[in-house]
Amino acid sequence: MRAAVLVFPGSNCDRDMAVALKAAGADVEMVWHKDADLPADVDVVAVPGGFSFGDYLRCGAIAAQSPICKALVAHVERGGYALGVCNGFQVLTETGLLPGALMRNAGLKFVCKSIGLQVVTSGSAFTEGYNAGDVLSIPVAHHDGNYVADAETLAQLRDQDRVAFSYTDNPNGSTADIAGILSENRRVLGMMPHPERAVDLAHGGTDGQALFRTLVGQLENV
Amino acid sequence: MKARVHVMLKNGVLDPQGEAVKHALGTLGFDGVEGVRQGKVIELDLADGTSEATVTEMCEKLLANTVIESYSVELS
Repeated sequence: MRAAVLVFPGSNCDRDMAVALKAAGADVEMVWHKDADLPADVDVVAVPGGFSFGDYLRCGAIAAQSPICKALVAHVERGGYALGVCNGFQVLTETGLLPGALMRNAGLKFVCKSIGLQVVTSGSAFTEGYNAGDVLSIPVAHHDGNYVADAETLAQLRDQDRVAFSYTDNPNGSTADIAGILSENRRVLGMMPHPERAVDLAHGGTDGQALFRTLVGQLENV
Repeated sequence: MKARVHVMLKNGVLDPQGEAVKHALGTLGFDGVEGVRQGKVIELDLADGTSEATVTEMCEKLLANTVIESYSVELS
């Protein structure tokens, strides 16, 4: 299974993401934002956390216009998989691959702690390793994680079972406690919490491991 | 020529920064501040003859996130 991790100026979770994917058995290649093409036969593109382009204009807005994001959009339109974590989730909303937007935390503070993350659906290649209702302990670290979408979009997310994760104790004011959502074809996941920071006992927890193992395992068998 | 683009959060979208500014004004003793909305102003230096439609396209594609923000364009 081949994975690409995108790297923007200001990305800072790219190497953690690569380590998590490799530990789950993926071949991982780092891809610079100025590249116009993804590696051939890539199965999943990971958009990592960080502060791409210093969060100038809006979080993820400049990164979403980079050459590699055009390739990312084409990859997703071909039915490819993508995972966006934290700033990566913001980039995915800015490209329009996921609906809604991420605004400044309601409390205005940068939130950095482990939170209770409830699995809302196990119906995706990302979440099949969990049961709906499971509560995981996963770190968050963000200033702009307050998910906002219009009523119609929220109803669609709910009706199509596309809310992947929700907070047990909302840290940022996110609508309906939403922490992560899936695309309509369920092959794109965006989430604010950092599963790649919970894949090794040295991290203090391994609740994120199943996400990477399930994703890699599913795509090995395609 | 110049264009000035105003980007504001849409009505109905909670503006936590505006709320914090409102609170701070109250703390300073300014009574009667009933609401504060914070936005951005972006000034563009443009080649003469650039159309308003082009600036609008810039807003739609990059300068504003129309999911949460509205914008207006002033040309001068």
